[in-house]
Amino acid sequence: MSMGARHQITAGFMPLFDSAVLVAAGELGFAAREGIDLTLHRETSWANIRDRIAIGHFHLAHMLGPMPLACNLGLTPLASETIVPFSLGLGGNCVTISNAVWAGMAAHGAEPDLDPARAGAALGALIRERAVAGHDPLRFAVVHPHSGHNYELRYWLAACGIDPQRDIEIVIVPPPFMADALAAGRIDGYCVGEPWNSASVAAGTGHIVTVKAQIWRNSPEKVIGVRKVWAEQSPEALAALLRALHHSARWCQDPANHGELAAVMAQSGFLGLPPAVQMPILTGHLQLGGGAALDIDDFFLPFDKAANFPWKSHALWFYTQMVRWGHVEHTPDNVAIARDCYRPDLYRSALKPLGVALPGANAKVEGALKAATPVGSAGASLVLGPDGFFDGQIFDPDEIDAYIARQKSARAEA
Amino acid sequence: MLRQGLLYKRIANEMQVGEAMAMLGECCDRCIIPHCTIPSLGHNAGMVRTALAVLVIDENRIRAAIIEAGLREAGHERVTVIHDVTGIARRIAEIEPDVIVIDLENPNRDMLENMFQLSRAVKRPIAMFVDRSDQASIEAAVDAGVSAYVVDGLRQERVKSILDMAVSRFNAFSRMARELEEARSELENRKVIDRAKGILMKSRGLSEEAAYTLLRKTAMNQNRKISDIAQSLVTAAGLLGPAEDE
Repeated sequence: MSMGARHQITAGFMPLFDSAVLVAAGELGFAAREGIDLTLHRETSWANIRDRIAIGHFHLAHMLGPMPLACNLGLTPLASETIVPFSLGLGGNCVTISNAVWAGMAAHGAEPDLDPARAGAALGALIRERAVAGHDPLRFAVVHPHSGHNYELRYWLAACGIDPQRDIEIVIVPPPFMADALAAGRIDGYCVGEPWNSASVAAGTGHIVTVKAQIWRNSPEKVIGVRKVWAEQSPEALAALLRALHHSARWCQDPANHGELAAVMAQSGFLGLPPAVQMPILTGHLQLGGGAALDIDDFFLPFDKAANFPWKSHALWFYTQMVRWGHVEHTPDNVAIARDCYRPDLYRSALKPLGVALPGANAKVEGALKAATPVGSAGASLVLGPDGFFDGQIFDPDEIDAYIARQKSARAEA
Repeated sequence: MLRQGLLYKRIANEMQVGEAMAMLGECCDRCIIPHCTIPSLGHNAGMVRTALAVLVIDENRIRAAIIEAGLREAGHERVTVIHDVTGIARRIAEIEPDVIVIDLENPNRDMLENMFQLSRAVKRPIAMFVDRSDQASIEAAVDAGVSAYVVDGLRQERVKSILDMAVSRFNAFSRMARELEEARSELENRKVIDRAKGILMKSRGLSEEAAYTLLRKTAMNQNRKISDIAQSLVTAAGLLGPAEDE
């Protein structure tokens, strides 16, 4: 540890690949170069991360994108005000199902092409067939109720005419147990980040049917959640950390570094899994099961496409889904809490001295970009998108009421 | 009246009287009837104190046993210990715990918290204990590595002693585990020092005492531990020559 460090920062993380930008910042010297002595603590549950942020053990942590919102909206025990000045990447998750469900879906036209609409239609047909036959509802698992996984799984199902509250059951299973639970028949499918999807495919016990990058391309996943009290007390330390994370993210995105990154993450203190298991998320080349394989564009982006920018429209989309599934009441106060949770202003002021490309706006209309688009930004050029939802819907953060009402009525009609 | 009716119905369902009495104590803690007494069953404060149902979820069997013993010593009769969370929803429905104690290392906390929030899965709402506790208790619990959840409406002072006990037992267990680890590594060190001495005695024709003195002097000169010097020597010897064991 460098004795001359100006800032001592303690951070928590979960052993998931999308903690890579934070881990690499500590392990590969990006933090030290910014004068930070960064101590990383591996945790075993998101609840632990929440507790340790709340009592001040951690200044900040690797968190699920909606988790800081849930804290600030008072949806969790021991909630403490948490802000998001940095996003750890876009994409990275898949939906994996058992061989039996895949056989049932294939009988209804599913193809190993990851197309969310086709897979959803086949799953819907299978669910209706099972209901008529009097079978128990299929049981899907996600990692946490307030997670991108839960909301994208529900979004996909609902857009395909499947009511996630009525037609299936959703339970919580920790990521490393997903593949075992599927193999043992305790669950029929799950939505989780890599490598826990490829794990089932490699074991021959599951099929990947669709991916986050196709349900909502370039969509938010994990973030850096910061204890607000600390952020206000230590603005210089936070800005230095954001710069370190920026350099780390750029390094993680570069294919030339993927081998080294996988080796770092393979260490027992981090993922503790062989480097080969981590290659699918880095290359976007996925084995889907049954010998099928596919290359997925923008499967996981730790840096490109402004992946680290904490868009307020991302926070607000998570908020609309919290409302949609009854996690929180829709009120003007709650909208304000959600909007204030993500802090592009802190990201921008920390990175401005670097002269790097920065988005000019704090929010964008999600789903509007049909192709990769260069956007006006301060300094160097920046490319965003495509960012489409698979069902062609658009989320305009200035039209939240209408978006919530539209999803509510779609459900009522179903 | 309703309360008595329910109780008698459960007794009629061939419940043991002792269990019914314990239940009565549990009932009365949250009783809405002012000055409620059911004299025929010996209702008293002491009974209330022994009646909380406590569920301990801990994958570490030794630590769980230590917690359980502590709870029983403190007069808690209704203690259930679970090591494996498979089928936990059904067990919680059966046990109807007032207090759930869980170690923070358990990766299933997210699953449990979600279950507690779904009224379908558990009959009574369960909140995290720390939510209504003071900062010092919260920190002590997290530092010790334990967390507790309690059913809504239970008075805090009734639960605090349980959490305090769990915290002190968790700390005691950690201390014990640390001491055990130290003893184990001490034993390992002694073994490696013996091997290093053997190498020196053989290669340089030293007595055992002289070999040890050489190791100690080298360690002092380099400001390192004897066991580190011994380990380096054993490793180097393994690399340089035929292994001493062969």
